[in-house]
Amino acid sequence: MSAAKSKSGDFLLAVEGLTVSFDGFKAVDDLSFYLDPKEIRVIIGPNGAGKTTVLDLICGKTKATSGSIKFDGKELTKLKEHQIVHSGVGRKFQTPSVFEDLTVFENLEVSYPKGHSVMGALGFKRDAEVIKAVEEVAETIFLTEALNEPAASLSHGQKQWLEIGMLLIQKPDLLMLDEPVAGMSVTERKKTAELLRVITRDHTVLVIEHDMQFVGDIADRVTVMHQGKVLSEGSIEHVKSDPKVIEVYLGH
Amino acid sequence: MKSSSPLKWFATREGLYYVALAVLLVVLLPLALDPFRLNMVGKYLTYAFVAIGLVMCWGKAGILSLGQGVFFGLGGYCMAMFLKLEASTPEATAIQSTPGIPDFMDWNQLTELPWFWEPFHSFSFTLLAVIGVPVLLAFVIGFAMFTRRVGGVYFAIITQAIAAILTILIIGQQGYTGGVNGITDLQTLNGWDIRTDEARTILYFVCVGMLFLCLFVARLVQNRKLGRILVAMNAQENRVRFSGYDVAAFKIFVFCLAAAFAGVGGAMFTLIVGFMSPSFIGIVASIEMVIFCALGGRLSILGAVYGALLVNAAKSGFSESFPELWPFAMGALFIGVVLAFPNGLAGLYQTYVMPLEDKIFKRNKGAQLEAKPAEKAAEPKPTAEKTSDYDPMIDSYSPEKS
Repeated sequence: MSAAKSKSGDFLLAVEGLTVSFDGFKAVDDLSFYLDPKEIRVIIGPNGAGKTTVLDLICGKTKATSGSIKFDGKELTKLKEHQIVHSGVGRKFQTPSVFEDLTVFENLEVSYPKGHSVMGALGFKRDAEVIKAVEEVAETIFLTEALNEPAASLSHGQKQWLEIGMLLIQKPDLLMLDEPVAGMSVTERKKTAELLRVITRDHTVLVIEHDMQFVGDIADRVTVMHQGKVLSEGSIEHVKSDPKVIEVYLGH
Repeated sequence: MKSSSPLKWFATREGLYYVALAVLLVVLLPLALDPFRLNMVGKYLTYAFVAIGLVMCWGKAGILSLGQGVFFGLGGYCMAMFLKLEASTPEATAIQSTPGIPDFMDWNQLTELPWFWEPFHSFSFTLLAVIGVPVLLAFVIGFAMFTRRVGGVYFAIITQAIAAILTILIIGQQGYTGGVNGITDLQTLNGWDIRTDEARTILYFVCVGMLFLCLFVARLVQNRKLGRILVAMNAQENRVRFSGYDVAAFKIFVFCLAAAFAGVGGAMFTLIVGFMSPSFIGIVASIEMVIFCALGGRLSILGAVYGALLVNAAKSGFSESFPELWPFAMGALFIGVVLAFPNGLAGLYQTYVMPLEDKIFKRNKGAQLEAKPAEKAAEPKPTAEKTSDYDPMIDSYSPEKS
């Protein structure tokens, strides 16, 4: 897949002129990129390039100084975090953030997209539909055996999967993953790649990753960021052979 | 462990804990204590309402409020205003320069009832206000703080400041509030004299009834998804937010719930003790309430009840013999709890007593299963039956639950 089909306005995500400055420092500087539906995009770049900040801006954790983020026709920069989630954007954080005091089942149940208001959560029933959804997701993320375990007892890799599962059960259109294989063992990495391949069949995915092997495995297109701007964009081969990218990121 | 009928629930371990508390409060204490002591226990129990609220708000959701005395006081003052108006009939206050208004207003040269006292002529309005006024204030504070993401220590300090402000306001506005003396000389409730031994005993039982009502509301909240979200919010606020929840709304809800419990407790306090004064609602009183909750176990609503009972009983015992030592004893108690057993009495119970119960329970359970082998075979996933199923703290997942 290359950058051929880009003029029709029906992108799933259109980021245009996005800028955020912290006390004058522009962490993201006039950034624009576009995601097609069902695309798998990987953002790479050196430390401090602004990759995580981009995800923060999309999911509303950080407010943009200027620019626009259009998702499925909606302007996200004006919405609150939970409204952005409801419009179909799921975000996984870099360090696994699961609810350690709850069981794996409860973690997934809390993430199930029903009963989001206070009264809804009070009236929420654990019906067959919920149990089925939880069991399906648990199967996808290799945690069927651990459903009754408290999340605190999971390994690092399993927590990462659980958090991915917590996103999946929300049925988002866009999944954003921040370094999903960081700190994983080789076997866990393989299983995660397998998991991502399953996920990407019916989701649009935006991933931040450093592991170039892994990036090559999963990416449709790669965006290289440097100092808050897009340095290069295209297929993995294109990016790898771009002299600018070699200069600042990949090394000679 | 299905609670298919409400009666069956009482035979579960959790149900038995509630039964045990009910037996203690409804049967044992009334039999063992004279009306005076029973009235004291009733007074301690009114603090248990606050402690239950703190379990939900602080223990579960992680919002430490050092100003629960404010809500306790508002509930208490609402009830006291009603009782005071009833006691201030024109006949009873004929010697005042303005008959028909509360005595302290007359002493402070007020010549007519202030407008905000007027609705407290109505008993039904008073009952609404006992819950409504604390909840309204909690909502305003919660809305202002939580939508701006003020939390943790900052929130605790602000609630403490509010407790100080309310005390100063009440003491300063003597003509409207009774000042430092509070609202005293309360006599009848809708014509029923609340000062007799018999009335006090009845009020004690009303208090126990209300307490169980609050316990069941709290239990309902903690066992629903709402309760799990509160716990989840405590540990990973951002994850909850990015799972599509409006975190501020949940915080406001639980803070208002705690305020409602405290308001009911305050109203019961006024009825049982017979007066209300600023000393029960200020900074010190509010911190004591946190200690009741911490000692009982800040994750257990039943623990909070025992915490309130024990600390208050100890306080009375100590104060009767060595009044000057009590503050030190209480300080030591708090430090002890924080250092040695952070989950309070409920935590100790879980660690040391529950394993013993497990042994007894399992033996019985085994016998039961042998007696009904057919039922066991019919269950689709017997593996889901684990020891954790009996843990009242965890509403564990089992697929056959609906």
